[in-house]
Amino acid sequence: MITELGHFALILALFVAIVQSTVPLIGAARRHLGWMAVARSCALIEFGLIALAMLSLIHAYVTSDFTVINVIQNSHTDKPLLYKITGVWGNHEGSMLLWVFMLSLCSAAVATFSDNLPPALRARVLSVQGMIGVGFLLFILFTSNPFLRTFPAAPNGQGMNPVLQDPGLAFHPPFLYLGYVGFSVAFSFAVAALIEGRVDAAWARWVRPWTLASWCFLTIGIAMGSWWSYYTLGWGGWWFWDPVENASFMPWLVGTALIHSSIVVEKRDTLKTWTILLCIITFSLSLVGTFLVRSGVLTSVHAFATDPSRGMFILLLLVVAIGGSLTLYAVRAPALKGGGLFAPISREGSLVLNNLLLSCGCATVFLGTLYPLFLDAMGGPKLSVGFPFFNRSFVPMMIPMLLAVGVGPLLAWKRGDLLGALQRLWAAYIATGLVVLAAFYVTHGGPVMAVFGLGLSAWLFTAVLTELAERVRLFRIPAADSLRRAVHLPRSAYGMTLAHLGLAISVAGFSASAFDREAIEIVKPGGSISLAGYQVTLEHVDRLPGPNYIADDATIRVTRDGNLIRYMHPERRYFPVQKQTTSETSIRTNLLADLYVALGESDTKGDWTVRVYWKPLVPWIWIGAVVMAFGGMVSLSDRRWRVGVASRARRVEPRVLPVAGE
Amino acid sequence: MKALLLSLALALSAMTAAHAVEPGERLANPVLEARARVISSELRCLVCQNESIDESGADLAHDIRMLVRERLVAGDTNAQTIQAVVNRYGQFVLLKPPVEPATYLLWFGPPGLVALGLVGTAFWLRRRYVSPVAVAPLNAEERRRLERLLQDNEG
Repeated sequence: MITELGHFALILALFVAIVQSTVPLIGAARRHLGWMAVARSCALIEFGLIALAMLSLIHAYVTSDFTVINVIQNSHTDKPLLYKITGVWGNHEGSMLLWVFMLSLCSAAVATFSDNLPPALRARVLSVQGMIGVGFLLFILFTSNPFLRTFPAAPNGQGMNPVLQDPGLAFHPPFLYLGYVGFSVAFSFAVAALIEGRVDAAWARWVRPWTLASWCFLTIGIAMGSWWSYYTLGWGGWWFWDPVENASFMPWLVGTALIHSSIVVEKRDTLKTWTILLCIITFSLSLVGTFLVRSGVLTSVHAFATDPSRGMFILLLLVVAIGGSLTLYAVRAPALKGGGLFAPISREGSLVLNNLLLSCGCATVFLGTLYPLFLDAMGGPKLSVGFPFFNRSFVPMMIPMLLAVGVGPLLAWKRGDLLGALQRLWAAYIATGLVVLAAFYVTHGGPVMAVFGLGLSAWLFTAVLTELAERVRLFRIPAADSLRRAVHLPRSAYGMTLAHLGLAISVAGFSASAFDREAIEIVKPGGSISLAGYQVTLEHVDRLPGPNYIADDATIRVTRDGNLIRYMHPERRYFPVQKQTTSETSIRTNLLADLYVALGESDTKGDWTVRVYWKPLVPWIWIGAVVMAFGGMVSLSDRRWRVGVASRARRVEPRVLPVAGE
Repeated sequence: MKALLLSLALALSAMTAAHAVEPGERLANPVLEARARVISSELRCLVCQNESIDESGADLAHDIRMLVRERLVAGDTNAQTIQAVVNRYGQFVLLKPPVEPATYLLWFGPPGLVALGLVGTAFWLRRRYVSPVAVAPLNAEERRRLERLLQDNEG
C-alpha cells in the first residue's frame, strides 16, 4: 500500500514537473506574474511528492517488503538497519530516485531562497529545473522503476554486495549526487540567462553560492570515495583513474574552473560567455557521469546492448539536454558582450590560465576515459587507458597550474605586476628549497617527481600564506592594525586562502605516496614483521560472529623500540548470503603517516598472510580535501551572498524585464 | 565472446577478497622481484576496473603475475616480458596504451589542446586589449569640436 503511494506520488511528480517546466516559461515570456509564480509552488509540491516516494521506498527496504523486486534484488532481512536504508541508493533504480530527489531538493531551495531574484529569472530557472526533472522522472518510470512488484513474495532478498556495506560508502553517493545535482542550478541559471539574453554581476552573484555549495559537496563526495577505496581494498590505493572515479572528477575540474571564472564575471563583468559555457559543461558532465556509470557502458560497449531501452533513453536525454543547451548557447551567446578589459598579466589573466588548464585537464580525463569506448565503437583495437597515461598527460598540466595558484592572487585586477609579485614571494622560494633539500636528504634522493611534488606543495602553502600576510600588511604596519585588517577581511578572502591551503596539503599527500613502504609476509601466530621502525606481531586470530557475516579477527601488537604503540584488529569477513569474503583493514595514523595492516588468507598450517604498509603523509590527501571544502563553505558564508545585499544591487537595475527575442 | 568472458570474469573477481601480490609468488632474487613489481604495476588485471595485476586479488591477476616472474627468471628483458604477456592476453593488458596511429589522438590530443588553448587565448587577449588603443582617427567634424573645446578651456 505504502509502496503504491510512493509509486503514485512519483507519477504525480512527473505531471507537476511538466507544469513547472512549461507554464512559468510562458509566463516569463508574456510577463504574466501569476503564471511565473506557478514555478515556486510547483517546485515545492514536486519536492514533497518525490520525498514521499523516497520515504516509501525506504519504508519498503526497512520492513523488508519482498514483493518489491528492487528490495528482493538488493536487500536481506539479516542486513543491519543502516545498510537497509543506504541500500536504497546502492542500486541503479534507487540511485536514480535519489538523484531526482536531490534535484527537487535543489529546486525547492531555489524556490525558497530566491526572494531577491527578479521574478522572470526565477520563473525561468525553476522551469529549466522542471525540464530536467521531467527527463529523469520519465527515465525512472519507464525504464528503471524501483516500485515494481512481484507475486508471490520472495522468501528473502538476495542481499547487497558486502563491499558496499560500509559507512564510508553509505554516505558517498548522497554527497556525490548533491554535488552533481547542485550544478543543475548553475545550468538552469545559465539557460535562463541565455533566454533572457543578459548576464551581469548580479547574475554571477546569484549563481555563485549554488556553484560553491555543489563544489563543496562534490569535493567531500569524491574524497569519501577515495578514502573508502583506501581502507577497503586491502593495500591502500586511493585513486585508480577508474572510469567511475573519472566520471566524478570531470565535473569537479570544470566546476572548479567555473567557481573561478564566475569571480571574474562578478568583479569585472567579463568572461561571461565562457562562464555560461562552463555552467552548461559542468552539468552536462554530471549527467554523463551519472548515466555512464549507471548504464555500465564504460565497462564494455556491449553492456549498452543488454538493455537497449535504457541505453537509448540515456542517449536521447543526453542529446536533448546537452545538445539543446549548447544550441541555445550558440544562438544567444554572441549577444552577451563582455565589458571589462584587462592585460594578460593581471588577476583576470591568471584566472584565464586557471580555466584553460583545468578545462584542458578535464578534456584529457574525458579523452582517456572514453577513448577505449570510442575505439571499440569504431571497430579499432581493444585497449586500456590506465594511470600511466594520466600521469603522463594530466599531471604535467596541473604543475604549471599549481605554480600559478601561488602567484595569481598576488596580481592586481586589470594590470598586474608579475615581477613585484615574484619578489614578494621570497618566503616561498626559501620554503620550497628547504623542503626539496630535506626530502632529498631523508629519502636519499628518492623518486624525483615525488620530491618535486613536495616542493610544489611547500611553494603553494607558503605563497598562499604570503598573500594573506600581504593583505593584512603584516610587519609593515603595527601589529594591532594588521589584526584589525585581518578581522575585517571578507570571508571570501579567507575561503580562498583555506581552499588553496587545502590544495597544498593534498598535493603533499599525493606526492608522498611514492615513499610508501610495504612488507607482505606469511607469519605464524606469535611471529612478527618489522617495517619503518615498527615491530608488528600477530598474536592470535579469533573467529567472531558479526550481524550478517563471520569474521576472522586478528589481534596484532604494534611496538616501536620495545614500547607498545597499540593493538590493531584487521579482519576477514565472510558473508554467507553472497558467499563473499571482504577484508577489513586496520589503520593507525599519527597524522604524519599511516600504519596500515590487512589480514590475508590462512594456509593449512594455520599461518596467515599479513600485509603491513607504512604510508607517509597519506592522511593529508583527505585532510586537504576537507580543508578545501571548508574553505568553500567559509566563502559561502560571506555577507555578500546574504539576502539583503543582493536585493540592494537589484534596485539599481532597470525595472523592465527583457523578453526573449527582443 | 570477449565481452562474455569479460563479464563472467568480472562476476568471478567480485567473489575474492581483493589482495595483491601474495608472499608465495615472490621471487627469491630481490632484483628480479623488484623488476617484476615494476612490470606488474603497468599491466592491467583484465577482469578488474583499471586495477593493475600488482594490486588485484583476482585469480587471473595471479596467473599473469606468475607468467611475468617465469619470463624474468628465464632471462627476458622487461620489454620481452611485457611482449610475452601481450602475446597471450592481447593489447588490452597494457595500462599504458602503445603510441600508434590508433592512439595518436589520445596521446597528442591533450598537449595539442593546451597549445591550441594558449595560442587562442593569446590572440583573444591581444585583440581585446589592443582594440581600444587602435581607435579610428577623428573625422573632420570631431576634430572641429575638439578644437572648439580646447579653445573654450584656454579662454
